[in-house]
Amino acid sequence: MDIQGRGVLITGASRGLGAALARTLARQGARLALVARGEQALDEVAAAIRAAGGEAHAIVADVGAKEEVYPIAGAAASLVGEIEVLVHNASDLGPVPLALLADTACEELERVLAVNVVGPFRLTKALAGPMLLRQRGLVVHVSSDAATAAYPRWGAYGASKAALDHLARTWAAELDGSGVRFFGVDPGEMDTAMHAAAVPDADRRTLARPEEVACKLAQMIGDDSIPNGARLEAAAWTAAR
Amino acid sequence: MQAAAMQPAAWPRRDASATRLLHVDPGAGRRTARAALRHPAAVTPGSSRRRGFVDGRIGDLRVLLREGDLLVVNDAATLPASLRGVTDEGAAVEVRLVGREGEGGGCWRAALFGAGDWRQRTEDRPPPPALGAGEELRFDGAATRGEDGRRGRPDGPLRATITSVDVGSPRLISLCFATRGAALWRALYRAARPVQYAHTARPLALWQVQTAYAARPWAVEAPSAGLALSWELLLDLRRRGIAIARVTHAAGLSSTGDGELDARLPLAERYEVPEETVRAVAAARRHGGRVVAVGTTAVRALEGNARSHRGRLVAGGGTTKLRLGPAMRPRVVDGILTGVHDPGTSHFALLESFAPPALLLEAHAFASERGYLGHEFGDAMLILGEPRKAE
Repeated sequence: MDIQGRGVLITGASRGLGAALARTLARQGARLALVARGEQALDEVAAAIRAAGGEAHAIVADVGAKEEVYPIAGAAASLVGEIEVLVHNASDLGPVPLALLADTACEELERVLAVNVVGPFRLTKALAGPMLLRQRGLVVHVSSDAATAAYPRWGAYGASKAALDHLARTWAAELDGSGVRFFGVDPGEMDTAMHAAAVPDADRRTLARPEEVACKLAQMIGDDSIPNGARLEAAAWTAAR
Repeated sequence: MQAAAMQPAAWPRRDASATRLLHVDPGAGRRTARAALRHPAAVTPGSSRRRGFVDGRIGDLRVLLREGDLLVVNDAATLPASLRGVTDEGAAVEVRLVGREGEGGGCWRAALFGAGDWRQRTEDRPPPPALGAGEELRFDGAATRGEDGRRGRPDGPLRATITSVDVGSPRLISLCFATRGAALWRALYRAARPVQYAHTARPLALWQVQTAYAARPWAVEAPSAGLALSWELLLDLRRRGIAIARVTHAAGLSSTGDGELDARLPLAERYEVPEETVRAVAAARRHGGRVVAVGTTAVRALEGNARSHRGRLVAGGGTTKLRLGPAMRPRVVDGILTGVHDPGTSHFALLESFAPPALLLEAHAFASERGYLGHEFGDAMLILGEPRKAE
């Protein structure tokens, strides 16, 4: 898929991987609807893209809130037109500092599930309908290796990402052949604010830069040969596949 | 025949597949309606077979439609089009957006309603305060903010300035909001609610007035015939060789409760017909398939477009004032999937584009007696016969 001129919605676009992906896709000519809670940071990302000649609209909303899903979908469709690519990148880490499940409040787990699982489900529901009607579209779920490995203190986040992976696989199975594709990506450990919150004493030199991962993610989005329902690892991705 | 009013559906269905579907074949109907007019006593309720009525479920579209047929839906999402506000003088007013005016999205045609709320029928509400061009309206969105109060700082109210008042009706105004772009959409979605109906059990949320394929928010009331369609059904229809295509039509208000203004509805409405839909209609025609519109708004887009292009469907956007009814002979559409509407309502008359009134009256009486539900969230009717002859 050539991303030039296509409508793309990215959640969690105000910083880290989401912001880097927005800048990368904007350079390739995508028309962007950017979603995040933090108004100022999101406005800055969108304004920088516009200043560089790209198209980006800042939709300030919480993907974890039920009543904000159709407002996100409606604003994005009004501002950008057809949304052909949806990237579920927004994540809630859960209790910070990271806590044992035994010390995690139920409400904290609920919030993580709302942002990382239920929100993406609702937003896909709102945006996959028009994609199905057009018989084309792509939904990308940003996952984590915490979805497959049980790391102590990553329980809420890991459980939510495992659920997200399975949601993506099931969407893919149900809509296989419809023209709407799904895949998941484990971006690996990146030098982001979220990583710093989770692992404050990490050696940042060992972490990938979000820009590098965004570049790989943009290649994946453009690659129509990725099997529907696949789960990819950014670290193992090479462009010359 | 005295028609009993249909019981209104008071709430959206959780399961769209439970929607009942009455198939009315205008061809079979014409033959029996003539007989009925000659011998009214001979036609008793229940003798549905003679009149070509089939009482089923929405899923029966799988057999009522056949390979090569084309279903055209209106993919407009439903806006929260109802805004509660105050005037410069502090008078309470409800503004319902009717349709966008011009480009940019900031200016709208709108209808004013007086005090009162969704529990009252619009015709029972007092008239709105008389307003003139230049007056400012202020809409406070705080009331619709999330209940948990977790999110965000309080925004300032959404503001709009009245730019003109319709010469024919003081209720009908044009206004421009003070903001544009993403900020306007955010403010609008926070301040406004979907248009409400007195016959619903509770106020409707935004997600309850969206079809399964809603895209751009152009409609101010739901293109409700499509609410009965699930993806389970639509994907199955596609697998059976029944094509599904889309138009976008900015469905306007169904009624304002003001007789004079209602007589002018629908006002000019925006539509867009994509190239792939033009191709799909041509393909259906070529292979003897039938074009079935989902709802009157899809009909208006297709037929309005064709009328602007000497009877030919042409890809692109426009506005249409086309009124459906007995005088409108469809040129593109062969049949319609619609809700069930009471005789005497404007919607009922629209269906006369597709079947003679005597047959529609009989179908209504039959559906009523069988317990079909009316209005936005009610049951469905498919008016469809054999394909038109090539012209």
